[in-house]
Amino acid sequence: MYEHDVIVVGAGGAGLRAAIAAQEEGADVAIVSKLHPVRSHTGAAEGGINAALREGDSWQDHAYDTMKGSDYLGDAPAIETLCKDSPKEVIQLEHWGMAFSREDDGRVSQRPFGGLSFPRTTYAGAETGHQLLHTMYEQLVKRGITVYDEWYVSDLAVTDEERPEDRTCHGVVAYDIQSGELSGFRAKEGVILATGGLGQVFDHTTNAVSNTGDGVAMAYRAGVPIEDMEFIQFHPTSLPSTGVLISEGVRGEGGILYNSEGERFMFEYGYASNAGELASRDVVARAELSEVNEGRGIDDEYVHLDMRHLGDERITDRLENILHLAKDFEGVDGLKEPMPVKPGQHYAMGGIETDENGETCIGGLYAAGECACASVHGSNRLGGNALPELIVFGKRAGQHAAGKDLGTAKIETGQQGEYELGEVDTPVEPGEVEPAGDAVADGGVAADTGSMSGHDVVEHAVKRERNRVQTLMDRDEGVQHAEIRSAVQKSMTQHVNVFREEEGLKQALEDIAEARERYRDVFVKDPSRTFNTDLIQTIETRNILDTAEAITLGALARKEFRGAHWRAEAQERKDDEWLKHTMLSWNDGTPELWYKPVILEGEDKEYEPKIRSY
Amino acid sequence: MSTQVPETETETETEAETEVEHGEPLAPAQQERMRKKAEGRAEREERAKQEAEERANAEDDTYHLKVFRFDPEVEGKQEPRFDDFHVPYKKGMTVLDALIYARDTFDSSLTFRHSCRQAICGSDALFVNGSQRLGCKTQLSDLDEPVRVEPLPHADVEKDLVVDMEHFYDQMESVEPYFDADELPDGELEEQRQTRENREKVKMSTRCIWCGACMSSCNIAAGNNEYLGPAAINKAYRFAMDEREGEDRKQHRLNILEQENGVWRCQTQFSCTEVCPKDIPLTEHIQELKREAVKSNLKFW
Repeated sequence: MYEHDVIVVGAGGAGLRAAIAAQEEGADVAIVSKLHPVRSHTGAAEGGINAALREGDSWQDHAYDTMKGSDYLGDAPAIETLCKDSPKEVIQLEHWGMAFSREDDGRVSQRPFGGLSFPRTTYAGAETGHQLLHTMYEQLVKRGITVYDEWYVSDLAVTDEERPEDRTCHGVVAYDIQSGELSGFRAKEGVILATGGLGQVFDHTTNAVSNTGDGVAMAYRAGVPIEDMEFIQFHPTSLPSTGVLISEGVRGEGGILYNSEGERFMFEYGYASNAGELASRDVVARAELSEVNEGRGIDDEYVHLDMRHLGDERITDRLENILHLAKDFEGVDGLKEPMPVKPGQHYAMGGIETDENGETCIGGLYAAGECACASVHGSNRLGGNALPELIVFGKRAGQHAAGKDLGTAKIETGQQGEYELGEVDTPVEPGEVEPAGDAVADGGVAADTGSMSGHDVVEHAVKRERNRVQTLMDRDEGVQHAEIRSAVQKSMTQHVNVFREEEGLKQALEDIAEARERYRDVFVKDPSRTFNTDLIQTIETRNILDTAEAITLGALARKEFRGAHWRAEAQERKDDEWLKHTMLSWNDGTPELWYKPVILEGEDKEYEPKIRSY
Repeated sequence: MSTQVPETETETETEAETEVEHGEPLAPAQQERMRKKAEGRAEREERAKQEAEERANAEDDTYHLKVFRFDPEVEGKQEPRFDDFHVPYKKGMTVLDALIYARDTFDSSLTFRHSCRQAICGSDALFVNGSQRLGCKTQLSDLDEPVRVEPLPHADVEKDLVVDMEHFYDQMESVEPYFDADELPDGELEEQRQTRENREKVKMSTRCIWCGACMSSCNIAAGNNEYLGPAAINKAYRFAMDEREGEDRKQHRLNILEQENGVWRCQTQFSCTEVCPKDIPLTEHIQELKREAVKSNLKFW
C-alpha cells in the first residue's frame, strides 16, 4: 500500500496541473497514470488556448461566447470561473517557459477561432497541446513530484453508504503494468480523477487508443452522477482514413471548406452566413455531413479543406504540423492540394458531475479536465476552450484537495436541492446484466465499509480487484475483448453519430446490451504478468461499455436539438422542457435517469437563451 | 497463424561517418543530407504508388511481418524468437495498424506500446527493417517484405516489442530539463517577451516526443551508458538557446553539458538525426553547443 495526501489519476494537462497546485499548497502528492506523462493525449491538442488577454477583449465576452457556444446548457458559475482564471493561467504557462508563437513585439500570438467574437486563442504553432504538456511535465520534474507511471488505476476505494452523497473516497487500486503487482494507493486528503476522454467508445475518433473513459466509468460505478453524456463533439476536420485531427487553426487562419462542386458551402447553402467556416463546431460538422448526404460530398464521404491561398510562408509558420499530418496520414500535400476532411468524434462535453472547484458529491473525490463536467461546455464546446479547462480546473481541484479554501461553490452536486426524475423508453434493460455480484465487473462481494478505517477501505478494494483480475486470468476460454470493443465502436459510430434518430439509438442500446452479455464470458488469453496489455484492454472495455450506454441513454431521452445533439424526431431547441442537465446515477447497476436545472445566473448578469446563429 | 522462426538479431549497421571539422558551419552538409532524404522519400513514394497499384491488382493482398517475441515469464516465450504474421493490406496501412490487426485477430498476447496513432505521444518507436521508426508513422508500402519488427536496440526488452525506458528518462531528467527565468515580469498578466527569431531558433528542439529512437540509434550511447545522449542534449539546447533564460543560467547549462559524458562524446555520425521522426537536427544542435562551450572559454580534452 502506498500512501500520499493527494492522489491524481492521469497525467495529462489537468492531472499535471492538479499535482503542481496540490504540492504548492503543501500536500504530499503523487500521480498514478497508465501512460508516462509525456504520452498523454493532451499532447495531441493542436489549435490553442482561449484567454482574454488583450485590449478590447474581456473575460465577460469570453464567457458570453462560451455560453452561446454551449447552446445555453453550460452553468454560468463554471463558465465565468474558466474565463476569469484563464488569462493568468495562460501567462503562468508562459512564465514556465512554454514556447508560444509570438508577435513582432514579442508578445504571445492570438488567432481567431470558431464561435469567438475576438481573436483570443493563444497558440504554439499547430502543436499547442504538445508544448503545454511538455512544459508542465518539466515543472513536475523540477518539483520532484512522485509519478507512478504505467500503473493502471482500475477501481476507486469508496465507502458503501446508501446515498452517494454520504460516501467517502479513500484512495484507488492500481495495477503495475510492468510487473503485474496490484496495490492500494491511499489518499489521506483526496483523489483527483484526470483521466481524459472516451473517444474509444467510437470507431472513428481523433482520440488516442488510451482514451477509454476510465475515470468517468469508475466514478459512475462508485455512485457519482455523470452529466450530459449525450453531448459528444464531432470535430469537423478529421482525416477520413484515420481520424487524425486537422486543427481548427486551419480555418482560424483562413482555410476554406469546399464541396465536390467546388462551392464554399458554409455560405452557399446558408449554414452560417456570417461566420462561415468559423461557425461553432457542431454547426460545421452538420453542414459537412448534410453536403455528403445531399450528394455533394467527395467520394461520397468527405469534403475539402483548402489552405493553399494562405501562402507557403504563413502555413509553414503557423500550421507546419498540419502539413506533416496530412502528408503522413493521408498522403496529401497541403501546400499543393486541398485536404480531405470529415467529422470525427473528438471530445466529450459530459462527464463526472463536479462543481466549479472540481469536487464531486462523494467526499474526497475530485475530477478535472475532459472526464469532468462542471459544466463549462454545455451541449457544445468551443474550440480553444479545452486546454484552459485543463489548467483552470486542474489547478482548482488540486488546491481544493490539498485544503485550500476556494469559497463556497455555487454549483450543487449529487441528488440534493432541485431535481426531477426522468423516464426513457428502452428496448432492453440498461445497466448490469445481474446487478451486484458480477465478479468480473466490480468484484462482487460488498462489505460494510462504513465502519472501516480509510486504510481498510482501500485494502478491501484491493481484495475485490484481485478477485476480478484472478477471475479474468483463470478462464481458459471465452470471448476476447477486441471483438466486444469493436462491435460497440461500430454500433456507436453508426447510430449515435452527428445525426441521431430513435430507431438507431434503440439499436445501439440493444447492441450494447448484447456486448454486456458477451462481456460476462470475456477472458484474458495472455497468461503473463509482465506488461499484460490483454488484461488492461479487457478492463478498459468494461469502461467503454458503461460510458457508451450512458451516452446512448441520454441521447434517446433528450427529444430536442441542442448543440451537438440533433434528433431527427425533434429538430428544434425546446427551452421550456429541456433547459436542464441530463444526469445518470449507476444505482448499484440499475441506471437512474434524472435532471437538474441549468444555472444561467452569472456573477453580475443573467444569460438569456437566444437563437444561436453564426 | 504464426509459426516460430528463430533467428539471430542483426547488428545495427554503422552509419557512414560524415567528416565535419569543428567550428565550420554545418548547414550545407545538413542541407545536402536533408535534400537526399527528401529525394529518397520521393523515390520511395513513387515506388510505393506503383507497388500499391500492383497490389491492388493482386489477389493475395497480405503483408508478411516477422515480429520479435519474448516473455521472461511465459514458457515457450523465454527464448527470443520471431513470429510470422500475414496481415491483409488496406491502403494507408501503417506498421502499427498491422501490429494491432495481428494482436486483435491472431494473438492477443502480442505486446507493444502505442497510444495516439499520430506521431505525437512517442510510444511506438520500434526497430523496423533495421532502422528506428515510429510504427504509426511508417507506411507498410514503404517497406520491403518480410517486414521485420523488433524492439529498439540497446535497451532491455521487457516483453515482445516493449523495452525499458527508464534509462532514457533518467538521462532526460539529468540535464535539469525545466525553464528557469532570471526574473519574471511584474504582474500575473504580463508575459515575458521573446522575439520571433528566438522562438524559431528553439522551435525544432521543442518538438521532441521522447520516443527514444535517437538514443537507440546512437553508437556512442550504445557503448557508454553514461553518455547523456542526443535527446537529453537537445532538451538542454532547448533551454540554453532560449533568450528568456539569463546568462548565468545558460552558463550553468553549458557546465552540465561539457562534462565528460556530455556533448564531447558525440562523434557526429548523424544516426540520431537520420532516425528522428520529428526531423529535429539533433547533431547540429549538439555541434552548436560544442561551439558555445568553446566560446565560453571551457577547456576540453
